[in-house]
Amino acid sequence: MIPLTHYLILGAILFAIGIVGIFLNRKNVVILLMSIELMLLSVNINFLAFSHYLGDPGGQVFVFFILTVAAAEAAIGLAILIALFRNRRTINVDDLDILKG
Amino acid sequence: MDFAQLALYFYGTVLVASAVAVVTLRNPVRSALFLILAFFSAACVWITLEAEFLAIVLVLVYVGAVMVLFLFIVMMLDINLDRLREGFTRYLPIGFLVALVMVVEMILVFSTDEFSVEQFPRPDPHLSDYSNVRELGSLLYTTYVLPFELAALILLVAIIAAISLTHRRRSGTLHQNPADQVKVKSSDRLRVVKMAASPQVEQTEITHEEER
Repeated sequence: MIPLTHYLILGAILFAIGIVGIFLNRKNVVILLMSIELMLLSVNINFLAFSHYLGDPGGQVFVFFILTVAAAEAAIGLAILIALFRNRRTINVDDLDILKG
Repeated sequence: MDFAQLALYFYGTVLVASAVAVVTLRNPVRSALFLILAFFSAACVWITLEAEFLAIVLVLVYVGAVMVLFLFIVMMLDINLDRLREGFTRYLPIGFLVALVMVVEMILVFSTDEFSVEQFPRPDPHLSDYSNVRELGSLLYTTYVLPFELAALILLVAIIAAISLTHRRRSGTLHQNPADQVKVKSSDRLRVVKMAASPQVEQTEITHEEER
């Protein structure tokens, strides 16, 4: 019998790996987007685990919406990336300082 | 340890290993490929949670559409990899430390009695006539119908935003402007020049001027 804790720990480890990815690859926008996808995946695993163990399918509906929003976010993020690369010929985060703040 | 538990540990190990490969590999193409493996293993983990529909959706939408988009973009861009790897070893210790502290804290929270097997016993598997798609669909179209429509709207906004961000009007290409074509007058196009009817006049000038 699998306890709920194992799913939650799996989600926690995945989330931590996503955080590490943001730390390590802070110059590369593509890997940053991939790390965000990993973190969203870990959140989804937590939702589904609680949905299953509590017997409430509402959690699955939430995962459905998170998937939708994550797909939209990935599409817009990659579009911004393309626009940036077309204008600046780079995706290095350090070079993207046109907006002086 | 039964088969479901063994399967979960196997898929979980593959998932964590491929996630580590995503964030540490040098080549973004390989990272994207390992992210595909991670999504696939996550779909297997979701099947052990009896969320069959969402597992299939994850494979179809993520592996089939989003990751292909990622691969397209990564292969299309001509990236200087050496500059992008600056600071990798510098931030490795602090990143590892933060992740370790996070995981240890989470494990401490999850190992309390609130999340024990007594509090959350694993529910019995569903009967063979249970349909995950039917259950999810009946929820989506009744209780969550408004969020469902809003999700469709979000996708529409994403389409419009992605197209308008990447669409580029090139200079120098010829294209029609229907509004200008409709409101053009004959005097804009044709100029009649008065000229004498004698042969001494050398130049006749009837300009048929095209609209720019």
